[in-house]
Amino acid sequence: MLHTVNKSPFEHRALETCLKFARQGAAVLLIEDGVYAAARDTAVSKRVQEALKTVSIYALKPDVEARGMQHRVMDGIRLVDYGGFVDLVAEHNAVQSWL
Amino acid sequence: MKFGILVNEGPYTHEASDTAYQFVRAALAKGHEIYRVFFYHDGVNNGTRLTVPPQDERNIVKRWSELAAKHKLDLVVCIAAAQRRGLMDAAEAKRNGKDADNLAPGFRISGLGQLIEAGIQADRLVVFGD
Amino acid sequence: MTEENAGGVAKRFLYVNRRAPYGSIYALESLEVVLIGAAFEQDVSLAFLGDGVYQLTKGQDTKGLEMKNFSPTFRALEDYDVTKLYVEAEALQARGLSEADLVVPVEVVSAQRMAEIMEAQDVILSF
Repeated sequence: MLHTVNKSPFEHRALETCLKFARQGAAVLLIEDGVYAAARDTAVSKRVQEALKTVSIYALKPDVEARGMQHRVMDGIRLVDYGGFVDLVAEHNAVQSWL
Repeated sequence: MKFGILVNEGPYTHEASDTAYQFVRAALAKGHEIYRVFFYHDGVNNGTRLTVPPQDERNIVKRWSELAAKHKLDLVVCIAAAQRRGLMDAAEAKRNGKDADNLAPGFRISGLGQLIEAGIQADRLVVFGD
Repeated sequence: MTEENAGGVAKRFLYVNRRAPYGSIYALESLEVVLIGAAFEQDVSLAFLGDGVYQLTKGQDTKGLEMKNFSPTFRALEDYDVTKLYVEAEALQARGLSEADLVVPVEVVSAQRMAEIMEAQDVILSF
């Protein structure tokens, strides 16, 4: 399954909830304000690093760049453009949007 | 692949409509089919033709209309959500005794069944919201 | 792994509810989708996570808000053949609630079980 998270991890529980329900081998795509979770050296970075052991994590590049986070993305998180977003949806059996 | 799209928020206030639009554009560029874009909750506000955004900003309603025209997209505004929020086509306005209608080109008003049908007929349903 | 219906193989639809009622319209309008969707004879489940569990609490008296109390509608879902209501155990616990506090019979599930249920879905609607 592909999960999308569009909320900042500092103000909302969407990422935490998503990671609670995402199973081994799932993909998580951070979009919109959710891309802040991709940044290094934050209060949630450790949690996100841990999650990388069981799920693949991607971040939507246009959202990362808009927020000036492009030089802060942690290792292991892949940036994709909207085309990549489309591919992720096509590759997985279903999408769950954590709003 | 056939995609169904659900947009739950209106233009500008949330990024949902933007992300949905860019997703749809990218999907079309890759040769996929967009089965339907369904607008629910405040998403119905993407269908008003009365917006006049600043000239130097993207025109969210207009670009949905244009994309729909170019690719023959089915943009559906939920009738129940539209009635709550004041989105009307000419027929609805007449039926409800309203003195105006405001639906933008390329959009049509229909029931929630269209959303369920999109879920059934499309290969993937993607939800954009807050 | 999907049910057959007259028109073909039914898809598994999951409605994910994470929001409390009345503070926003999402709970009410998502229930409206469930009701309309019931006519399409798909394999429907509802998941209540986080604050979504509050949609099901007993004793909702909305007179003071001049809003419609729509919690009784959850009891009517059975008549629409929508019977799979899953509630996250941790969400209830964190809110000091038990199954007895809810207006309708539900299946209380662990996060792991809920994740399994989600993984099996074809269409996931979030509001």
